[in-house]
Amino acid sequence: MAKRALYGLLAEFETPHEIVAAANRAREAGYRRIDGFSPFPVEGLAEAVGYRWTILPTLVFFGGLGGGLTGFGMCWYANVLSFPLNIGGKPWNSWPMWIPITFELTILGAALTTVLGMMALSGLPTPYHPTFNVERFALASTDRFFLVIKARDKKFDLPQTKAFLQSLNPYGVYEVED
Amino acid sequence: MSSSGAATGKIDNARTRSLGVGVLFIVLAFVLGLIDSRKAGGSGWTYFLQCYDFAFMFWFIIAIGMLSVLMVHHLTGGWWGLPIRRILEAGSRTIWVVAILFLPILLGAGHLFNWTHPGFIPDTAVDHFKHVYLQRPFFTVRAIIYFGAWFIWVYFLNKWSAEQDKTGDPVLRSKLSKLSAPGLVMIAITLSGAVIDWVMSLEPEWFSTMYGFIFMVACLLAGLAFSIVILRRVYQFEPLKATIQPKRLIDMGNLMLAFLLLLTYTSFSQFLIIWSGNLKDEIPWYMVRAFGGWGVIGALLLIFHFFIPFFLLLQRRIKKELPTLAMVALWFLVLTLLDIYWIVVPAYEQHRPQFRVLDFVALLGIGGLWLASFFTQLKKLPLLPLHDPRFEPHLEHQHGD
Repeated sequence: MAKRALYGLLAEFETPHEIVAAANRAREAGYRRIDGFSPFPVEGLAEAVGYRWTILPTLVFFGGLGGGLTGFGMCWYANVLSFPLNIGGKPWNSWPMWIPITFELTILGAALTTVLGMMALSGLPTPYHPTFNVERFALASTDRFFLVIKARDKKFDLPQTKAFLQSLNPYGVYEVED
Repeated sequence: MSSSGAATGKIDNARTRSLGVGVLFIVLAFVLGLIDSRKAGGSGWTYFLQCYDFAFMFWFIIAIGMLSVLMVHHLTGGWWGLPIRRILEAGSRTIWVVAILFLPILLGAGHLFNWTHPGFIPDTAVDHFKHVYLQRPFFTVRAIIYFGAWFIWVYFLNKWSAEQDKTGDPVLRSKLSKLSAPGLVMIAITLSGAVIDWVMSLEPEWFSTMYGFIFMVACLLAGLAFSIVILRRVYQFEPLKATIQPKRLIDMGNLMLAFLLLLTYTSFSQFLIIWSGNLKDEIPWYMVRAFGGWGVIGALLLIFHFFIPFFLLLQRRIKKELPTLAMVALWFLVLTLLDIYWIVVPAYEQHRPQFRVLDFVALLGIGGLWLASFFTQLKKLPLLPLHDPRFEPHLEHQHGD
């Protein structure tokens, strides 16, 4: 059986401090296609592996705006156009009454956009990921921190990158098959 | 040590200027009030006290707001509170000046509140509670209770914080938390009582159960905003500078945003309930404020106190830099002033805002004196708490980097 293509190199670290330092070193060394895995959010790791900007806040804004307009529009349509009722002598266009619905649907629109947008943009759910081929990677959900440098990085060179990762004093370095 | 010396010099200057403005304008306010009280057919000291009550409420809200935010920080922790803790503590220690500034209202209540006139609230079955509650002696006793409670909490919060600086005893940390939990309950009760007594009772026929809570949130927002404005003036001095990081500033911005949303939510709820109920005892408050000559200010508040800062505070690039964040905070202070004006003053200027000169004179007089007291207090302790066990290891770590 032919050897499968290489996805990248995985380095295992024991503390959050080490992985942030390692990721920063990797970026300084010129690697761009890197990723980090940790059992809990590690401050500074996202920035260290190259996170700069995401369109998600903009999407959420428009999701909220859309939700709010929908809420207000539904109330307005029902009470003014479709089925106007005289309630307590108030005008049909009694907009203060519609603010709670408008508010609720703004939140709903923004929240759904946040969750679904986050999943869509980050490619979740991911039932298979090459890093799963490394047995020790299971520890990423308990107490170990992993840094991966992907093979498609322009600067990637198996012996050289491996030596570089070794120089960061990891607990171990593993080759990841695709 | 030299940088903290520079900070002290800067605070000293601010203190001197505030004191000058305060003394000048408070004297001017009393002179204007005296002239007005001598006018034939005039209303005596009523005119002066109305302006004074409005001006007092604005600075009072900031001071009590700082005490409240301080207790929220002691209770919940969080890095956002570390750089402003000493500012909040200094604000809380001004409470005795606030109490002195309150004296004219306490002594002049007879000229300010209609309900002090005998027979204004008849002792009928419907109004029996109001008749008993709104009496001068009971009013005075309540004010003493409110200030007494605030004194107790301010005293211990500051005493233990100063001890923490000296000894670093970790027990103090938990004592501060344990005092702050009942402290926030205490604030909810006393502040509601205070604003009902000092503002809502200007119109004794009207009431709202949401009123105290709206003021509480307004206090939190104003207290936090004032602290951020002050932080902007002193942050360049070490060791405070090391604690100013985008992440913490974003937290402060988000906290202001949360207070703003809560303020808007409660204010609107009060309006919605009264508007949909449409009862003749309840709607006059809004008939004056939202539909009469005051409607313009109501609309301005909606746009400038809610929509514009709401969209500004959604943006990270505004929240992560102290200068821009402090601009938004200053904006909140100005709009809080307009908010208080809109809540308090229509009680006696029914038709339209008059923007009386004495309003501004009293505002500057009380404000100057209060600020002078605030800067005096701010100078007394280092600008950064020295031995908070929650933050100490992180701070050392940062210096280590």
